[in-house]
Amino acid sequence: MKASVIVFPGSNCDRDVQVALGQSIGNAPDMVWHGEAEIPETDLIVVPGGFSYGDYLRSGAMAAQSPVMRDVVAKAKKGVPVLGICNGFQVLTECGLLPGALMRNAGLKFVCKDVHLSVEETESVFTGGYEKGQVIRIPIAHHDGNYYADDETLDRLEGDGLVAFSYCGPDGGKASKSGNGANPNGSARDIAGILSDTRTVLGMMPHPERLSDPALGGNDGRVLFDHLVKALG
Amino acid sequence: MKAKVHVTLKQGVLDPQGKAVENALAALGFGGVTGVRQGKVIEFELSQTDPEKAQVQVEEMCKKLLANTVIEDYAIDIAEG
Repeated sequence: MKASVIVFPGSNCDRDVQVALGQSIGNAPDMVWHGEAEIPETDLIVVPGGFSYGDYLRSGAMAAQSPVMRDVVAKAKKGVPVLGICNGFQVLTECGLLPGALMRNAGLKFVCKDVHLSVEETESVFTGGYEKGQVIRIPIAHHDGNYYADDETLDRLEGDGLVAFSYCGPDGGKASKSGNGANPNGSARDIAGILSDTRTVLGMMPHPERLSDPALGGNDGRVLFDHLVKALG
Repeated sequence: MKAKVHVTLKQGVLDPQGKAVENALAALGFGGVTGVRQGKVIEFELSQTDPEKAQVQVEEMCKKLLANTVIEDYAIDIAEG
């Protein structure tokens, strides 16, 4: 299996995801610079976390217009799976591959901590390794992770099983009832990650690559990468 | 021509920064201030000399880049000079 990680000026999780995904695949994913017009033949594209273009104008807005993103959109439309993590999620909403937008955190602060997620949907190449309703622990680190979409879009996402992950309490209870910042950023309906209609694009604010090795304190993120290899390899 | 684009969060979309500014104004003793919305202004010059064409052009810029119309509204001022 061959994977590609997009690198923008200001990306800072590109190498982390290369290592985390690389240990599941058995070889290192290609790094593709934002100025490239075409991504070489690939089975998976990762848009990593960071602060592409310094978050100028809006998080992800400039990156969405970069030459490489035109090819990401074209390949996504042909069915190549695309995973956007954190800033990558912001970029995917800005370029229209995923609905909605990521706004400033409701508490206005940058939040960096482990959060609990409920796996809402397992029918995708990304989430098939988890059990439905499983509670996993994954770190977040963002200032603009407050997911917003109009009610109609939110109803559709929930109704069609396109919410992949939602923030929850440690016991899996609804974040809104768990308190203590279980929903860390004010996201609508506690949404932490969503799938495209085709289920081949996933955007998520939490960083699975940061808990993909027991030496780092947890392995819940590795399940996602291992399953991608199983499904696509 | 000169263009000035004002971008603000849509009505109905919670603006936590605007809310914080509103609370700070109240704390400073400025009573009766409500509905504070924080936004941004983007200014630029255009070689286009026809105001109507300039308006159309800037409108397109707003939709494609300057505003995220999922969450933001924009207002355009076109001025001579």
